[in-house]
Amino acid sequence: MVDCEQPSPGEVLLDVRGVSHQFELAQGLLSRKRTLRAVDDVSLTVSRGEILGVVGESGCGKSTLARILLGIIAPSRGSVLLQGRSLSSLPRRELARMVQPVFQDPYSSLNPRKTIGEILELPLRVHGIGTSAERSRAVAEVMAQVGLADRLRGALPNQLSGGQRQRVAIGRALVVRPQIVICDEPTSALDVSVQAQILNLLLDLRKTFGLTLVFISHNLAVVEHLSTRVAVMYLGRIVEQADVDTLFETPRHPYTQTLLASVLTPDPYAGLPQVTASDVMPSPIAPPTGCTFHPRCPYTETACNTERPVLRQVDRTLVACHLAK
Amino acid sequence: MTALLEIDGLEVSFPVAQGILRAVRGISLTVDRGETLGVVGESGCGKSLTALAIMGLLPPRANVVTRRFTFDGEDLANADEARMSELRGDRMVMIFQEPMTALNPTLTIGRQLTEVLQRHRNASAKEARARALDLLSRVGISEPAARLAQYPHQLSGGLRQRVMIAMALMCAPKLIVADEPTTALDVTIQAQILNLLCELKAETGTSLVFISHDLGVVSRIADRIVVMYAGEVVETGTRANVLGNPRHPYTRALLECLPRPRSGDRGGHLGAIPGLVPSLVGPVAGCAFRTRCTFATPECAVANLNLVGTKAHASLCRRADELWGALPRG
Repeated sequence: MVDCEQPSPGEVLLDVRGVSHQFELAQGLLSRKRTLRAVDDVSLTVSRGEILGVVGESGCGKSTLARILLGIIAPSRGSVLLQGRSLSSLPRRELARMVQPVFQDPYSSLNPRKTIGEILELPLRVHGIGTSAERSRAVAEVMAQVGLADRLRGALPNQLSGGQRQRVAIGRALVVRPQIVICDEPTSALDVSVQAQILNLLLDLRKTFGLTLVFISHNLAVVEHLSTRVAVMYLGRIVEQADVDTLFETPRHPYTQTLLASVLTPDPYAGLPQVTASDVMPSPIAPPTGCTFHPRCPYTETACNTERPVLRQVDRTLVACHLAK
Repeated sequence: MTALLEIDGLEVSFPVAQGILRAVRGISLTVDRGETLGVVGESGCGKSLTALAIMGLLPPRANVVTRRFTFDGEDLANADEARMSELRGDRMVMIFQEPMTALNPTLTIGRQLTEVLQRHRNASAKEARARALDLLSRVGISEPAARLAQYPHQLSGGLRQRVMIAMALMCAPKLIVADEPTTALDVTIQAQILNLLCELKAETGTSLVFISHDLGVVSRIADRIVVMYAGEVVETGTRANVLGNPRHPYTRALLECLPRPRSGDRGGHLGAIPGLVPSLVGPVAGCAFRTRCTFATPECAVANLNLVGTKAHASLCRRADELWGALPRG
């Protein structure tokens, strides 16, 4: 991010419309072909300057959604618009300039044989940006922005700590000045002290450059700390979506309530929460009928077993639950 | 009654290319009967090696020294592998982070559960099966008879960890050492597994050493807490003392790193710890945390440090009294 456009809040950057993606699972000799609907009819928008947190447990489809937003996989149904243009119609190179990823594992996402300087310069070279001197300046600038000492320019990834590597990954994403950065569990592999550094960095970058982020994580406390808006996913669907204050102060979906109750912050007097939801996770290959959360839900009524709830507005929240009022 | 487990001056080192890696540097801990001791620290602090040392499961190339190691009244400082092997799975058991790698994928759940009791207690197949069925239902597994015939891959992560807990309880152990037992699980499942562990522990009077990187988890279940940094215990005490009134800069910094949005600082700056953990190859002079510590003075580089305080609260920081007041007497 050498210089960056001023944020004009409110402008919709990313518009996800009814996106679904299914994987065909390998079929056995005698068994029928099975499909896994990883993302099921997801709609959401991301406005400029916003941090959209996407939270959910393993297998909820959040990483598949990340890959759809990055254009790595094309959705089976629905469309993703980036500033009004369909992701599938954008040339690969142009797309990569506009949307950049930061992945979970900074150990496997950096080329071990390239120096930090080379890793950070590569996106600029690929996109044919600037002269050699300009690129070198841009690399120095992005290194300062993500808090990497200039002397690390010639270092190899294996000489860096996990936190430093994740800074390189963030710098690499920012160097082409993308419109939006998709982070998939960017701090999950890091120790909490290092995680705090990376979260501080992302918040600083947002403040300084109006960075727009989609932040995907299973860690509710981290999502709450960072995000301006939050979408909760369960078995491929968004079950609740609201601004961060509303979602955490008045969670409306029983799944969101369960997630919130399960967060264990350090508190020597609180003890363990009694989680009322059943812990029997349904199979994503054969999801339950009706509301997919109903087998675990403490409040379920008959309609829940048969009718699939759609997202609807309840006060300031979008929630997919028959019983939410 | 004496403590169930007492370890004094545990050192674990490994020969590496550059010299000797001193991964655990003279730690001492006690676990009382029926107590849950939480051990917290970040990666590389030596917490898992400490667990493996207790179980006698360190690899042969590890060099292990203790001044004192007693378990249930028995001196194990010089116990041979045969004795440790008798104790393991019987009176002391370990639960690992990833049950899929701890369970044998080629054997049924039933075979793996019953084997423990048959091996250690010479139980008949029938007795072992009855005990396995009983324990599976006590850890909240439905249709236990059907589960006995299943293989580990047929169970979900939460169910596998429940099976591990059932297996741990087969011989009614005195001590369970759990190394990050819920880290690989989803949060909604984690709370349930933790509740289960605590209930069973209360029922059986077993002691629990619970190792975790997660201060939040430890704060909810531990009676006492040990905080480790760079192979040492830097602070120990009751959970109310350690978390409510921390007396080591590392514990304080670690607590400030955690996002606690509900406390109203959403989007605010977290107290990140600058710098890196020092290399543990070769001797470490003075306080290992001093280069990252906001309270460090030049004396911290040379000071000979000892854990000062009582079982209820002790700190390795030489400035603890000065910074946070003297500990109450007694």
